[in-house]
Amino acid sequence: MKILNECKCTFPANSANEALARAMLSAFVIPADPTAQELADLRTVISEAVTNAIVHGYRGTTGEVAVCLRLLPERVIYIRVSDKGCGIADVQKAMEPLYTSAPEEERAGLGFAIMQTFTNSLHVRSVAGHGTTLTMRRRLGEQHEEAGV
Amino acid sequence: MKLHYDIESGQLLVRLDGEIDHHCAGLMRTEVDAAIYAHAPRTLVLDFQDVTFMDSSGIGLIMGRYKILQPLGGEIVLLHPAPHIKRVLQLAGMERLARITHKLEKEAMQ
Repeated sequence: MKILNECKCTFPANSANEALARAMLSAFVIPADPTAQELADLRTVISEAVTNAIVHGYRGTTGEVAVCLRLLPERVIYIRVSDKGCGIADVQKAMEPLYTSAPEEERAGLGFAIMQTFTNSLHVRSVAGHGTTLTMRRRLGEQHEEAGV
Repeated sequence: MKLHYDIESGQLLVRLDGEIDHHCAGLMRTEVDAAIYAHAPRTLVLDFQDVTFMDSSGIGLIMGRYKILQPLGGEIVLLHPAPHIKRVLQLAGMERLARITHKLEKEAMQ
């Protein structure tokens, strides 16, 4: 598929960089003229994805988080967030609402549910011990359903 | 973030501000918990008026405070959430644990 615009960024798995990822997403998406709701949704999903990489992927160890943003035809926003952390042994379990592997950090276990609800598609590729890549797509300008968990 | 405890009503009002993400939630949690343990409020009001962003870290923050207050018979009120924040609250089913409102009873009486 033709890529109309693309932005790639790699940063350390430091929680201060969650805000950096949101700022980068905003700067990339605003020229595509999203509604306030669409921009808020996309800022939320990238925040969830980057937080997952930092909290669950690296679990207090150091490493890098790679973000790739693309503008595709028909106003589709593509977001890819990758880490080379511990990976997810059971992706299906991790995607269950309210499941978290970090309850001591007061993680609500809703990251994947939010990413699924606020995008048109979410793809998770993970290899235990090698890392995780989340890929999401959201088409701008279409009515997006609100779903309860 | 500003905290105000009203002795008469037993209400702890916490005016949250800025962005609530995993990076900021930890510090907010420490400050709110210190006030909860100091005052044992009947009601914890989390005011979202000045909150510009919140992801599921904010849900974790609310659920954690709910777990502390519930055994004490306390309740949580989520005040003034912007539409995009309300959307995250509703997706997480927070209306089952807390009252989401744009007006405090005290304000309504004035």
